[in-house]
Amino acid sequence: MQVEEQAMKLTAESEAELKETARKLRIEVIKMLARAGSGHPGGSLGMADVFTCLYWGGFVKHDPKNPGWVERDRVVLSNGHICPILYAVLAERGYFPHEWLDDLRQLGAHLQGHPAMQKTPGVELSTGSLGHGVCGGLGMALAERQSKRDTHVWALLGDGEIEEGLPWEAFMAASHYKADNFTVIIDRNDAQIDGTTEDVMSLEPLDKKMEAFGFHTLVIDGHDYAQIIGAMSEAKATKGKPTAIIAKTIMGKGVSYMEKDGYKWHGNTPNKELAEKALKELGA
Amino acid sequence: MRATRDAFGVALLELGRENPNVVALTADLGGSVKTGAFAKEFPDRFFQMGVAEANMVDVAAGMSTAGKIPFATTFAMFGTGRAWESVRNTIGYPALNVKIACTHSGLGVGEDGASHQSLEDIALMRVIPNVTVCVAADYASAYGLTKAVAAHKGPVYLRLGRPKVVDVYKDGEKFEIGKAKIIREGNDVAIIACGPQVGFAVEAADELKKAGINATVADFHTIKPLDEETLVALAKKCGAVITAEDHNVLGGLGGAVAETLARTHPTPIRFIGTQDTFGESGDPDALWRKYGVHVADIVKAAKEAIAAKA
Ligand SMILES: Cc1ncc(C[n+]2csc(CCOP(=O)(O)OP(=O)(O)O)c2C)c(N)n1
Ligand SMILES: [Mg+2]
Repeated sequence: MQVEEQAMKLTAESEAELKETARKLRIEVIKMLARAGSGHPGGSLGMADVFTCLYWGGFVKHDPKNPGWVERDRVVLSNGHICPILYAVLAERGYFPHEWLDDLRQLGAHLQGHPAMQKTPGVELSTGSLGHGVCGGLGMALAERQSKRDTHVWALLGDGEIEEGLPWEAFMAASHYKADNFTVIIDRNDAQIDGTTEDVMSLEPLDKKMEAFGFHTLVIDGHDYAQIIGAMSEAKATKGKPTAIIAKTIMGKGVSYMEKDGYKWHGNTPNKELAEKALKELGA
Repeated sequence: MRATRDAFGVALLELGRENPNVVALTADLGGSVKTGAFAKEFPDRFFQMGVAEANMVDVAAGMSTAGKIPFATTFAMFGTGRAWESVRNTIGYPALNVKIACTHSGLGVGEDGASHQSLEDIALMRVIPNVTVCVAADYASAYGLTKAVAAHKGPVYLRLGRPKVVDVYKDGEKFEIGKAKIIREGNDVAIIACGPQVGFAVEAADELKKAGINATVADFHTIKPLDEETLVALAKKCGAVITAEDHNVLGGLGGAVAETLARTHPTPIRFIGTQDTFGESGDPDALWRKYGVHVADIVKAAKEAIAAKA
């Protein structure tokens, strides 16, 4: 079934539905990672609301039963380490059976520690080494436009990730080519492995930098559905330049002890006891 | 069982105390590559460069021209992959005194999967002129090699690992760059190994002994310059050679040994390494078994190589 792409009109009812979806996705993330015993919960939980709005808010034209459908929009996860949330989304949308989530990171699994397009339907590009996905995503956008297809490419990246040079090379090229079918969503959680981004390598003023690189730039609360959907709608409507959505998020959103310790949950998985606590908080 | 990266962290801290010119850089992986103790004691000699490996390596090059001995640290995939051309042109070409010290090499990375499992880094580094390439087999060798690498003047790539591996050497063992270590002596077959496969080779030699086969086990911790003298002597003595590494069979230790023996003393060789394939997510030990670089694989190859002797 091809999903018709039409931005959702946010009502109290539809917002409650989206939130319920995000809650389920967060539960899947915790279960998946607790089983796997390794992986990256912080960013996965932090981006759950953005992912929910993308895939359930009408911003991704796709067909889970035909992942290669040529008219589809693309979501590229440049910060590949937060793939647990992508896997939860893809399972929920029907790209593959939920059972696949059970084997995450195990020998022979369909779901690798970092996204592999050759193993997992719905994954648009193999990522994990930071910086590449956004460049590949731009390539998709330029090729789609040249083929005169009306599609949109959403490239998701981490704030630590953009310390690499590659994303800035892509940013320059995106605005040079006026790639208005290309949107980058930066997970601005002020967290990476060794600390806060501002301690490790300061990024601010990030909005000014994106503007200087030629992007229509929006700074939003990445957990506020009206703001997320508003920004995505604006990105699609923007002509003549690419859009950057800087989504301020909280690492580990939805799980109190992760929210509290921030970057420490970049790549630590909860033990059995903490996983149970997280699931309880999420109402599992 | 201990991790080579932990020994690196200890040795780096001591180097910091011994020589004020030693500086360390990392690319948002200080916790994983074990630069923490150094950073704590020498905050002004530690440089957090963010997730930007190519820049880090070029910055290290610049620091070396100002008299520093920089250790640029990250995962093997990124230090030798993302930053390859920086290593080649800015460090290798002018032979600058920079140490690229990388952990998380090979299948030993485990669950993070193929995107993070460098199975090409030995090849990538050894094709650059002037670059010395060293691989740590265990905790004591990682410690000893880190010290030797610091004392050596010139560019070095030091390959370390993530998981705990079997202890082969006693603490305090000294390592000389370019001089292989003979761990077991035997006349039937020579097992030339590096990295975690050194420990596996020792186990394999024990197995072979039960079958009446006497194997030499040699730790070729320096891939470049390769200890040609020892290699040729072993090939002449044993008449059959196995190479074993956590790396693609193309271009790594196996490639270096084959190039050398083809030129000096053609000998039947069996190559233990990944067979021109990518890895995947999984537990390191399970991966080493699945991809045929474990004890049983060395035993089997040794028997085959002996059978292939004329
Ligand atoms: C090229 C490259 N260098 C280093 C890494 C190791 N690494 C994985 S995630 C990460 C930090 C990324 O920070 P951010 O993008 O902010 O992700 P978050 O912690 O917010 O999930 C690093 C350094 C990598 N995967 N790729
Ligand atoms: Mg971040």
